[in-house]
Amino acid sequence: MSRQSAIQILLILATLVIAWRLLAGTGQRTQAVRRLGLLLLLGLVAYSIIDPSKTWTNLARALGVGRGADLILYGLAVAFLGFVVTTYKRFRAMEVRYTRLARRIALDEAPRAYDRVKSTGSPDTLTGDVPPSPSVKAADAD
Amino acid sequence: MQNEDVWLVVPLYNEAAVIADVVGEARTVFPNIVCVDDGSRDDSADLAERAGATVVRHPINLGQGAALQTGFEFALGDPAMRYVVTYDADGQHQVHDVEVMVERIRRGDVRVVFGSRFLDERTEASASKRLVLRAAVAYTNATTGTRLTDAHNGLRVLHRDVVEKLDITQNRMAHASEIVAQIGSMRFAGAKVAYAEEPVHILYTDYSKAKGQSLWNAVNILSELIWR
Repeated sequence: MSRQSAIQILLILATLVIAWRLLAGTGQRTQAVRRLGLLLLLGLVAYSIIDPSKTWTNLARALGVGRGADLILYGLAVAFLGFVVTTYKRFRAMEVRYTRLARRIALDEAPRAYDRVKSTGSPDTLTGDVPPSPSVKAADAD
Repeated sequence: MQNEDVWLVVPLYNEAAVIADVVGEARTVFPNIVCVDDGSRDDSADLAERAGATVVRHPINLGQGAALQTGFEFALGDPAMRYVVTYDADGQHQVHDVEVMVERIRRGDVRVVFGSRFLDERTEASASKRLVLRAAVAYTNATTGTRLTDAHNGLRVLHRDVVEKLDITQNRMAHASEIVAQIGSMRFAGAKVAYAEEPVHILYTDYSKAKGQSLWNAVNILSELIWR
């Protein structure tokens, strides 16, 4: 029994490493491998519906796991971890992209540095209720 | 006027209580100040503008690191700019410290001057804060190949060459370590970037303490660094 759970731990660790490497990548190959894996899983699901008696349990036994339900649970845990990692990576990539976009907008709307330095020899030009937008537009026009 | 070639980059987020004074005081020495308003919900941006700063407005809140990068790119638009100073909006930095740091970089033997709280005894930080900052420095030094005494200090003077190469993508807290890491891996004609540290005095006022980061933030910074 204890030898078997040691095998399980090793299996899980190995799977985690594989999942990490597979799912963390964004290249064409990892994407293709991921899709093939999904296809394989779909096939297995379809087969287990046709022949529900021992499909998962037999597979689990072959891998040194007690029951089919356990195998599915492990699989789900690994899949969830992969999902977390890919989602995190995607969010980071998206954050970088929308930050660049927002920065572009901010800089486009700002008065240009060198124009501004010349126009504000005295800081009084901006006091009062006059909104700064006309001068900004004028700076953008040329 | 002196220091025409220096731009102060001030990330600004909800600092209406102090920003006018901070900008006003800094402008007595440094004429060029750009405040990057990071989607403040108060009138920080208008107050900064009235105090004489140029204001660049993020359309949405992006984080302090993103605001710094925006300020860098804005300052690069001024062909006369030679040095960029990163400066906090909450009034905890001293203009005099910046003057000393700018004088240091003008000597020309270094391209970066970092401010450090731990080179002299002026800054009074709590023991727990000290511990966290020391740990952050140890981690940064171990991972970036630099030898600093204070990696999370908001006060830095950067040469234009360095600013051109910086690309901060850590929008939130980890940007301080990211700046150090990028400077550590930068090469000019195959040579590492020469840097120096100058002692600075951080004024932990009740205002900045109330706004300051809790120690829990150290956990966030560390995880952002590891999971980049």
